Formats: sequence, structure tokens, C-alpha cells
Amino acid sequence: MSFFMRAPARLGRATRRFFAEFGETAILFGNSARYLPRIVRDRRLLFDQMEHIGTDSIPLVVVIGFFTGMVSAWQAAYQFKGIMPLSFLGAAVSRAIFIELGPVLTAIIIAGRVGASIAAEIGTMKVTEQIDALESLAISPVRYLALPRILAAIIMMPPLVVFANTIALGGAFLVSNFFLGITAKTFFDSVQQYFHLGDVIGGLTKAFFFGGVTALIGVQVGFNASGGAEGVGNATIRAFVLSSASILILDYVLWTVLF
Amino acid sequence: MIKITNLHKSFGEQPVLRGIDLAIPDGETIAIIGQSGCGKSVLLKLMIGLMKPDDGEITIDGVSMGKAKERQLEQVRLHIGFLFQGAALFDSMTVLENVTLGLKEHGERNPDVLAKIAAEKLALVGLHGIEQRTPVELSGGMKKRVALARALATDPKYVLYDEPTTGLDPVTSDQIDNLVRDLTARLRVTSIIVTHDLFTVERIAKRVVFLNKGKIYFDGTPDELYKSLDVAVMQFLQRYRTPVAAAVATS
Repeated sequence: MSFFMRAPARLGRATRRFFAEFGETAILFGNSARYLPRIVRDRRLLFDQMEHIGTDSIPLVVVIGFFTGMVSAWQAAYQFKGIMPLSFLGAAVSRAIFIELGPVLTAIIIAGRVGASIAAEIGTMKVTEQIDALESLAISPVRYLALPRILAAIIMMPPLVVFANTIALGGAFLVSNFFLGITAKTFFDSVQQYFHLGDVIGGLTKAFFFGGVTALIGVQVGFNASGGAEGVGNATIRAFVLSSASILILDYVLWTVLF
Repeated sequence: MIKITNLHKSFGEQPVLRGIDLAIPDGETIAIIGQSGCGKSVLLKLMIGLMKPDDGEITIDGVSMGKAKERQLEQVRLHIGFLFQGAALFDSMTVLENVTLGLKEHGERNPDVLAKIAAEKLALVGLHGIEQRTPVELSGGMKKRVALARALATDPKYVLYDEPTTGLDPVTSDQIDNLVRDLTARLRVTSIIVTHDLFTVERIAKRVVFLNKGKIYFDGTPDELYKSLDVAVMQFLQRYRTPVAAAVATS
């Protein structure tokens, strides 16, 4: 079969697989939601995941937030050159952080750390029959594994973004103050003057969705893992790639709705 | 009672089970044997509802495992213990947590009661004082015993064993065989043992089913199996009938 014959067939198969997986993920979300009333009883599982997804991610979020803030200050100063006075830098940087940089970069970092680790953990459980063992004990893997992870990511992502935003703003101020000669008063007056609560709320709303989609994809990819160590490795990569792409696509969709 | 009627299962284009009919009365100890890949483990997984049949039906105490709703399936599974081939212990949990997870998730929250049950079930499989260890700290034989203790924790009516001695040395295999035989006699459970280890069959089973090419080729007692003149059965038994194996079996 020639390339021109094979390419549409391959595209067709990939499209069918994409929609099948999309459907499976939606079903997983629906099935997880069915167990929501039991989460009070299963709160220990939820708290464990909140600690793993939220608290344990703080050091990474601090580092990423700090450097994001510093880079964005340098970049804003570079773009302002000859166009705008640097007294507006605080406003420009803070709004960029609150709306876009904080939520999106934190989400992508969490997709790498948490989404991939969820896929690896559940994928390993799948290939070593631990998921089957759960079912044989009359324990639903969706209730026991999926829901606590999805809910914990949804709950913890907005606080992580608040953390990242605050640290990033601090990083931006340090660069502005030490290297660009902007005083603290000028910087924070500018931030305050152009501050919109809607920016922060919009950013946190995005974080809420990003958290959910990251964990949901990690769980779904983990449940579908097969073929031993290689399969788990592939699931890990797949979870990161799919959740990062989904975050960026969702970011665009949410922008059109929220701002 | 477990009743299997006209069971079919394929993976892609590859048929694995092609019309299995089998009835397992309560209290029976049955071994399911056959070559690797003949569908023995698939049959066990279909029994507990981990896979759905393409056609046919498995009923356990009147509940169709392929058609049951999730809640109904969970109710039936509470009466079934399953020993997985690779033990399938939860590696993030201690032995205590592994053994008591089923009880804990189905209502028993008292830590003292859970610890007592875990100690009892572990003692039943010949293990003591290992509750706080994790699966990585256990040998292959110990893992299988802990997995058996976990399978027995809810006092099941049926225990399904998937290759209980595979991957174990002969001494440990003997210990597991004796354990399964004693437990079956003492607890009066229905035991279904999937294996290709004929020493296990000889020691434990009262009835043997031989699967070949997706169908039941033989159904009878171990004695009848050894006397069978069916070509496929004879081929399967050939290795076992070597003088060394025969001597070991006799001893």
C-alpha cells in the first residue's frame, strides 16, 4: 500500500482512538462523580492525595514561581523599552502572572510531577494485577483510586496557583528593584492601581479545571496501561503529553469564556 | 454453586474459550489444568467478573457475573477469595493493611479487631509477627501466603487460586499445596485451583478439568485423568510420567 493510501487510514485510526479515549475519559469522570457522596467516609484517601498533590508540590511551585516572576520582569522591561515608562511594569507583570503565567505554568509543572506519577502508580498497579486484586476484594478502583486523586487535584491546584502567583510577584519585584531601579512604592502602586479581582478569580478558575483534567488523564492513562515496565513508561509519558496539551487547549477555551 | 454455561471468550481474532460448560457444587475442590495460554486464568477472571464473556453465562449463587450490576457484583465478590498468580499485594501497604483492606473497606474500622483478624489469618497460613513488613521485604513464598491470608480475611465461601505454586521452589510449593489442602478441609470452602503443576493436582484436587483448545477435554477424578487414553491428555501428562516425577509422586 502506498504512502497516500496508508496516511488517511492511519489518520482515521488515530481519530477513532482519540474519540474513543475522550469518551472513556468522560465516562471515568462520570463514574468518579457517582462516588462523591462516599468521599466523607473516604476522607483519609482524599487527605493523603491532597498532601501528595498539594503540599509535596510546594517546593517545586516556589522555584518555578520565583523564576517565572524574575524572567517576566526582565521580559516586560525589554518590551517596554522606548514604548512605555517602567513605572507600569508592576501592573503588566502582575496581570500576566495572575491571568496566565501562574495558572498555566503551575498546571504544566503539576502535569509533569503529579499527572505522570498518578499514571505511573496506577499503571504499575494495573500491570501487577493490584487493580484486579482491589476488584476481587469488592473495592471499586474508581472509588478507591480515581476519585480521591481527581478531587484532590481540583481542590489543591487553586491554592498552589495562589502560592505561585505570590512567589512570582516577589521574584518580579526583586528584579525590578535590584536590577531595574524601580522602587517598592512605584512597583506595588502600579500593581494596586491596575489590579482586577476578576483576573485572579479567572486564573484560579482555570487552575480548578487544569487540576481536574491533569488528574483525570493520569488516572485514565494508568487504568489503560498494559505490557509491563515498558507499558508503564509509555503511560507516564502519554499522561504528561496529553495533560500538557489539554491544559493549553483548555486555556484557550477558558480564556474565551472568562475574559 | 458455580454454574458455567456455553462460555465463549476471545481476544481480538484469537478465541480462548470456545463453549465451556461446567458446574461446581459447593464444597468441591476442583483443579483446572491445561497448557499455558489455554484460558485457565481467563476462566478464573471471568468467574469473578474481572472480564466479561463474549457469550454464555457464569452464575455464582444464582447471580450472573457477566450481567450483574456493580453493587450486586460486589456482594458476590465478598464471598470469594482470589489468590493471584503474582500475589498482587498492594506494595504501598504493610502486610497488616493488605490483609485487612477488604474488611476495612466494608465496614470494620476497629483497629484492634482488624489486627486480631490479621494475626489469625496470617497464623492460618503459618506466618507470625510480620504485620508491619511491606511486600518488598517478603520472599516469593511469603508473598503468596500473605495473599492467601488476604483472600481468606473475609471468610469467603469460594476460594479461587491462580497458579498457587508457579515460580516457587519445590519445598515452598509443597508447603503451599499442604496449606491449600488443609485450609480447604478445615474451612470447608469451595476451592478452584488453576494450575499446570500435576503434583498440586494430585495432592489437593478431588476433581480435575483439563482445558485444551478452548474446550473441556476431560472432567473426572485425578485417578481417571492418569488413566485417560485421550491423546491431548496423554501429551500433557507425558512430562509428569517420567520416572523421577513418578518416584517423587509416589513418595
